[in-house]
Amino acid sequence: MVDLSLIEAPPIKTAEPGSGPIETDMVIIGAGPAGLFAAFEAGLLDIKCHFVDALDKPGGQCAELYPEKPLFDIAGIPACTGQELTNSLLKQCSPFEPVFHLNQQAEKLERHEDKWQLTTSENTVLQAPCIVIAAGGGSFVPKKLTLPNAQDFENTSLYYAVRKMATFEGKNLVIAGGGDSALDWTLNLQPLAKRLTLIHRRDQFRAAPDSVAKMHKLVEQGKIDFVTGQITGLNGKDQQLHSISVKTAETEQNIECDALLAFYGLTMKLGPIADWGLNLSQNHIDVSNETFETSTAGIFAIGDICQYPGKLKLILSGFHEAALMAHTAHHYVHPDKKLVFRYTTSSKDLHQKLGVT
Amino acid sequence: MGEIIVTDLKNEKHTVEATEGLSVMEIIYDANVPIKATCFGCCSCSTCHVYVDPEWINRIEPRSEEEEEILDMAVDFRDNSRLSCQILYNNDLNGLQVTLAEETKTD
Ligand SMILES: Cc1cc2nc3c(=O)[nH]c(=O)nc-3n(C[C@H](O)[C@H](O)[C@H](O)COP(=O)(O)OP(=O)(O)OC[C@H]3O[C@@H](n4cnc5c(N)ncnc54)[C@H](O)[C@@H]3O)c2cc1C
Ligand code: FES
Repeated sequence: MVDLSLIEAPPIKTAEPGSGPIETDMVIIGAGPAGLFAAFEAGLLDIKCHFVDALDKPGGQCAELYPEKPLFDIAGIPACTGQELTNSLLKQCSPFEPVFHLNQQAEKLERHEDKWQLTTSENTVLQAPCIVIAAGGGSFVPKKLTLPNAQDFENTSLYYAVRKMATFEGKNLVIAGGGDSALDWTLNLQPLAKRLTLIHRRDQFRAAPDSVAKMHKLVEQGKIDFVTGQITGLNGKDQQLHSISVKTAETEQNIECDALLAFYGLTMKLGPIADWGLNLSQNHIDVSNETFETSTAGIFAIGDICQYPGKLKLILSGFHEAALMAHTAHHYVHPDKKLVFRYTTSSKDLHQKLGVT
Repeated sequence: MGEIIVTDLKNEKHTVEATEGLSVMEIIYDANVPIKATCFGCCSCSTCHVYVDPEWINRIEPRSEEEEEILDMAVDFRDNSRLSCQILYNNDLNGLQVTLAEETKTD
């Protein structure tokens, strides 16, 4: 009996953002459970894989939304957490050394000679005969402020991530949120900013206790301000914020602000995949439930994103879909090779690939 | 059986049938009023965020600490913010009025 909690995530192979063009056999968009198991099934059939994911880590919803919550309906595993499942899927596909292009969104898909060419938001370029869309509920992206004029300031004085710390140098910086990102950046940017104000709806944080203690210390020392309240207005012009309106329990106040960083966690959005000319209905991609190929030859879809009669959005369905997809994809990657059906228990050839001889 | 009144993002009101034992999120979802509800009731996502009519706010069970933590990530939090998946419907809530928050928007 294997205790999944003992399985550590193996180190993963990554690449410099902006690499390429890199030629491979299969590009998998989305490193959630369906994508990770696809890399294993593909590996058994000598198909090499590269992943693209918007998250900073593999695991999809399991790693981002419920790393510590247990699930009970993975066939053969009575109980494991989202992170434990991710770690064991990573371990399982590790003999095939998939490469992960993280923190980037798959943006453009086009035909390049007899292959597909995928370009990411970081300008990484990947070329392969097969593309597998394992995009789940969409790409994880930061939640944005819903105030009517928020878009006017985006990327000029309102930000949802820190790309360059220097952007905030000498600024009246306001950070909104109560999680680890808000706390970490408060601690990191405080020395650079002219004045830093942290705003959160209550005086409790869902963050590492050590960061919370350090933040409180800075408040005590008068080095930063902490305001309990909600942002209710953005004031400025020509894409430049001057102040924000904040509602606290007692009053409504204005805080001087020329840069605002908002950290309200992530949400899933389908994004550019919607524009790739695939058959979509209600944000799901139609596939054949024999091959998991989409309406376009060489492009497959598996996991939560795919749709066919009787589809269940369960992780175990994604595993089944990954296996059938890989068997069809084999024809594109190795058109000259005959595909022989084999069991992992007994095949010497598979043992060698898995490194268990 | 009873009903709840849901105001959607286009400001349209829907009166929908409510069954005891279902969460308000499930009732909204079953009535085909679009609601993202990514984690479908696991209290992990805040995409089932609603504003409860002030008249009703004190008539429903208060938030648990788990719900408070997820509401920490809610955009446009207000005093009457709730996760609809954490409000269990019973017949005392017949006539409950809620308004969907922006982050319930489906793509
Ligand atoms: C709280 C919670 C509890 C759950 N409990 C269970 C359970 O008990 N049992 C069960 O079977 N299922 C459960 N699920 C559902 C399960 O997690 C999903 O079915 C599963 O994660 C789907 O896997 P996937 O690989 O298809 O996609 P996902 O896990 O959604 O991963 C998709 C990945 O693709 C990435 N992506 C998408 N588009 C792009 C793009 N254009 N560029 C770059 N990256 C992109 C995303 O960032 C994401 O990381 C639960 C879900 C939640 C949220
Ligand atoms: S559906 Fe995710 S928190 Fe309610």
